[in-house]
Amino acid sequence: MRRLLATTALLGGLVAGLLPGAASAQTIFPINRAEILAGSRFDVKVEFAGVVARDALRVTLNGKPLDEAFGKAAEFVEREDGQAASSLVLRDAVLATPGRYVLQASDGQNTASVSWEVYAAPGQRRAQNVILFVGDGMTVANVTAARILSRGIEEGRYRSTLAMDNLPRMATVGTSGSDSIATDSANSAAAYNTGHKSAVNALNVYASRARGTLDHPKVETIASLVRRQLGMSIGIVTTAEIQDATPAAVFAHTRRRNDYIPITDQLLAAQPEVVMGGGSASFLPRSTPGSRRADERNMIDAFRQAGYVFGDSAESMTAAAADPNTRRLLGLFNLGNMDGALDRFYLRQGTVGRFPNQPDLTEQTRAALQVLSRNPAGFFLMVESGSIDKFNHPLDWERSVYETIMLDNALKVALDWAANRDDTLIVVVPDHNHGMSITGTVDDNRPGTEMREKVGVYEQAGFPNYPAADARGYPPRVDVSRRLAVFFANFPDYYETFRPHLEGPNVPAVAQQGQANRFMANERYREANPGGLLREGNIPRSNAQAVHTVDDVILRATGPGSERFQGFVDNTMVFRAMAEALGLGR
Amino acid sequence: MLAAGGALVATSASAATPLRFDQLYGAWTVEGLRFSAEVEKLTGQEVAMRGFMAPPLKAEADFFVLSREPMALCPFCSSNADWPPDIVVVYLRRQATPVDATVPIETRGRLERGSWTDPATGFVSQLRLRDAAFRTV
Repeated sequence: MRRLLATTALLGGLVAGLLPGAASAQTIFPINRAEILAGSRFDVKVEFAGVVARDALRVTLNGKPLDEAFGKAAEFVEREDGQAASSLVLRDAVLATPGRYVLQASDGQNTASVSWEVYAAPGQRRAQNVILFVGDGMTVANVTAARILSRGIEEGRYRSTLAMDNLPRMATVGTSGSDSIATDSANSAAAYNTGHKSAVNALNVYASRARGTLDHPKVETIASLVRRQLGMSIGIVTTAEIQDATPAAVFAHTRRRNDYIPITDQLLAAQPEVVMGGGSASFLPRSTPGSRRADERNMIDAFRQAGYVFGDSAESMTAAAADPNTRRLLGLFNLGNMDGALDRFYLRQGTVGRFPNQPDLTEQTRAALQVLSRNPAGFFLMVESGSIDKFNHPLDWERSVYETIMLDNALKVALDWAANRDDTLIVVVPDHNHGMSITGTVDDNRPGTEMREKVGVYEQAGFPNYPAADARGYPPRVDVSRRLAVFFANFPDYYETFRPHLEGPNVPAVAQQGQANRFMANERYREANPGGLLREGNIPRSNAQAVHTVDDVILRATGPGSERFQGFVDNTMVFRAMAEALGLGR
Repeated sequence: MLAAGGALVATSASAATPLRFDQLYGAWTVEGLRFSAEVEKLTGQEVAMRGFMAPPLKAEADFFVLSREPMALCPFCSSNADWPPDIVVVYLRRQATPVDATVPIETRGRLERGSWTDPATGFVSQLRLRDAAFRTV
């Protein structure tokens, strides 16, 4: 879920190696302990605390002057954005040789330094293709509940397992960023796509002090690398708006993830072969009702002119993908985010009535594989189930669990596609956690009028009585008499109803009168839910929804290169393992 | 429904014709929304719409956004991306104190349609109520 995020001007990385008395020393990007793929492009920036004289500067990389070390000249900006502070910027720097590098920057008085590790794949390319599945905000409880609802459980044993349960490699992943232990989808997806850690709200840039959101030091994405160096195709498939943080991290560079219009324009410039999701509002000219643009550009037409076949429904997307001549496919299926599986297949809530022909993530994945596999050089495909997170934020766990089952179904499509190939690295990973956990069951037949008395704990929980899953893998109903009891670790003031929200996605809190940034429990759930509970929030009242949590997330993987994942890894290892499987950096 | 609405307008020009959110657009497509026949017909006339006041920026306002459902978030505080497409911008005849975002209101004003950018805020809207007043219902 897009969230209101304070855009802090200066979120510089930790700089080690400060000399004594260097309280106002330089800030250097990439930050200390950055891991950089040999041959990848990155911007170097040194920010000085005040205005400095160019001839007083001494900036070196492993002892060599910066310009000489990179073979190109850095730009000196005496007053960055008109402020009384100088910066040195070197765009599109490349280090081709692996090893340890120390960048030292002195203004004649203060000296600061950072150390980088430049690495390359240890061996030849082993993966022809890479498919990265992102379960946005997917918790361990999401996966457990998905298994209970989709596969069933009897006397403690599941009747069968999920597709993701059978992937041979696992690791726990640390999701923290350079600015905070708590991250967001922009920052964490950027780590997966570039191998660099940055700050909340940032997409493939370091969070420098630049005023313009598009002016921060950029780092190269895996999609850009594999096209540039290996001629591979790029696919982006999501259920969210295509400009949302996770899909945007495949191609975009901005300090502000809500830059939907610049992100749309960057998407056209990047020209990934397959683009599928919601978010057509940012493609439409301003005068068209439903548009979010401030100009009259019709970006769907611009994509058509760039050789894309456009599909706006499951049918047109499938037909376009089946055409052997289709090499570029743009599928947009909703003005905003696409509806979730629970609403599309069963409840018909949300915007399903307006957009009744949205494809399922399984169909999107199948169509993407069909188009991308036409490139003999291979492909990089990112598939996101984006609304696991969008429904965990408003504590709507049933919907987030259906999105988890949907992710697993899409994974099954990819596993079947790759089954006889042994040339495709498949990774399934959440980008951050939520505070969701399963306590037991809620049984309407337990005694009492207060709903909390109907929560079965320990042996009283027993097993839920959801109907068996249908052919799609979902139980056709969630409003059963003995259902899972799921609660979240953090929340705004809200009414806990202990029931699924059949009327449409949950809206736990709404703005208080005259205080646009202060939220209170949504009263609509009070009278309709006798026995419900007003829960007083435990996070600042400026939060309308639950927030991400810091716990590790679980990665699962299979295919060549997946053995890199074991034990604990940092989120940057997702990029590194993909790069290594593709033999990059050599 | 359509005929009844037309008759009401014809017989009582000064009365506001009720207009519901689900009557605003005749078609929702990925390539944009199309105004409904009702909106085409009622443009320039007095209409009455029920909805919710999105949380405004200021305590006193002559400009607010009417939404079909209560807005959970203050869209002004985050980004345009958070607005649903079917909103109506209301320009009040005189400044008023906003009501709670969860309180249903009825707004009466002259219906205006077509893309328009508010010069003060830069806010782009497709449908507006001019010279409007509202009351809680």
